[in-house]
Amino acid sequence: MRSQTTGWLLLAPTLIILLVFGLGPFIYVLVVGFTNWNSFAADPSAHFAGVQNFRRLVFDDPFLHALWLTFGFTFFAVLSEIALGYLLAQLLMRDIPFQGFFRTIHTLPLMVAPIAVGATWRLLTVPGLGPLPYYLDRWLGIDLRIGSFANQAFAATVIMDVWHWTPLVTLTLLAAISSLPKEPFEQAQIDGANRFQVFWYVTLPLLKPAILATVFIRVMDALRTVDEVWMLTGGGPAAATRYVGLHIWRVVFPKTDYGYGAAMSLLTLYVTIVLCWLMYVALVARRELPRSE
Amino acid sequence: MMRRSPFKPSGGWLSLAFWIVASLITLFPIYWMFVVSAKSRVELFGAPNFIIRSFFVENYTATLTNPTFQRYMINSIIISTSNALLVTTLALLATYALSRYRLVGKENIFFWTITNRMAPPAVFLLPLFLLITQTFAIGSFSLYDTRIGLVLLYCVFNLPFAIWTLRGIIDAIPKELDEAAMVDGCNTWQVLTGVILPLAKPGLAVTAILTWVFAWNEYLFAATLTSVNARTITTGLAEFVTVTGTNWGQMAATASLTLVPALVFLGLVQQHIVAGLTFGAVKE
Repeated sequence: MRSQTTGWLLLAPTLIILLVFGLGPFIYVLVVGFTNWNSFAADPSAHFAGVQNFRRLVFDDPFLHALWLTFGFTFFAVLSEIALGYLLAQLLMRDIPFQGFFRTIHTLPLMVAPIAVGATWRLLTVPGLGPLPYYLDRWLGIDLRIGSFANQAFAATVIMDVWHWTPLVTLTLLAAISSLPKEPFEQAQIDGANRFQVFWYVTLPLLKPAILATVFIRVMDALRTVDEVWMLTGGGPAAATRYVGLHIWRVVFPKTDYGYGAAMSLLTLYVTIVLCWLMYVALVARRELPRSE
Repeated sequence: MMRRSPFKPSGGWLSLAFWIVASLITLFPIYWMFVVSAKSRVELFGAPNFIIRSFFVENYTATLTNPTFQRYMINSIIISTSNALLVTTLALLATYALSRYRLVGKENIFFWTITNRMAPPAVFLLPLFLLITQTFAIGSFSLYDTRIGLVLLYCVFNLPFAIWTLRGIIDAIPKELDEAAMVDGCNTWQVLTGVILPLAKPGLAVTAILTWVFAWNEYLFAATLTSVNARTITTGLAEFVTVTGTNWGQMAATASLTLVPALVFLGLVQQHIVAGLTFGAVKE
């Protein structure tokens, strides 16, 4: 009754689009990365160049700097989001009024365009306009100029990311917490465990799959952050917030050094995958350690 | 499930206070943007003032009557709507095939689709740019700077999302229903439109809305793969920073306009957005 052909026909349009625009670029970048294609060079045609592009990358300080910054940004942003998101989720599990209302407000940042998030935070932090520099100066004597101070710009991008994505962590963990079984907690109470022990030996192991999934999604997203940071700092001051996506897009892309740009894209993709894999091994291996009975 | 016991003041007050503060922090940047959008240049001078006394409409009218911005906005509406319709339709067909047919490697295909959404877009800008301007160009026609180009490109991240959202919904429709319809002599198309479509309507609506919002919000592809004709509202907003510089009131007004769809759809889809953003890993 159900012929395989009909099934494949139904699937075909989706597969064609994803193969052409999803897998296509990947194969393309794989090929171009090993050529010296540069449309403005003396010889604009592409020739096989072996690993020459990759050899150049290892000594490309701006690129390595961008990569390093991206790791720092991801680390601080995701760590804060998980901690804050967990706290908020636990607090919402208590019986407080207006839960639905709080959740709706908390969903709002997730719907806002990243470019508009960057715009709002720029309006907050621009000297002479934004309330943040004004009140930080008046109350705490802090001179907030994210256009001049590298550390402040970096911190501002992290805080913006925390504002934008903590709600996702909160709502994810909220769903996980509310589906936890009750028995282990009751058992722990009978056994006389204190709050910290319950958290460390019961809640955390039970929530680990959900926390892991959230961390992975957030790390992948944070590693590819471009729009918001571009809008807030433009990658500056100097190159202080020029994360790797921004670097490829604003610095390498306009240079028409296609072979080199492709190699850099490839390496970035590779580093992203390896990082996620390392995290997976580290976190899952830790879970496999025997726990005290 | 959430516990619904009587109000507990001990831990409750502190939690409530914490959540009120968190909500204020969440709302504050958006509120401030709205405040800036309602003020003239002169009013914005000096100490920050959070109260809107008179609404300075010129910020909005300047954007709305600007022919360039009108074009950007119309482009955004056309691209998002076409993309949402295309993605929802194709995803419905694909999900139905994955759910009901015994296809070789269908679970692998299902998982492969999501990798398209996980990849960093910046990495694929260069190959996409080259593919679109050179490889897929037929004579002088290419997908570069066309609406149809962006509609197709947005499928790369929206199709996997839609398939993953719809999978559970289609799987939940009992197979017996469409088998009964087939026994009655309906063909595949009639089953899809007569049985599946009415039952999956709410899920399809949510999918369409969220893909619409994701397409509306996209910036990087639009900024790189268009130049004049197919520019969208997000690229217009970004141009404020790079080109005009300091007309903050008008920039805030444009950003507020960009925000309107999110605010309109918020209530409708807030239950589903988390499942969508976590690739269906979390169901509320």
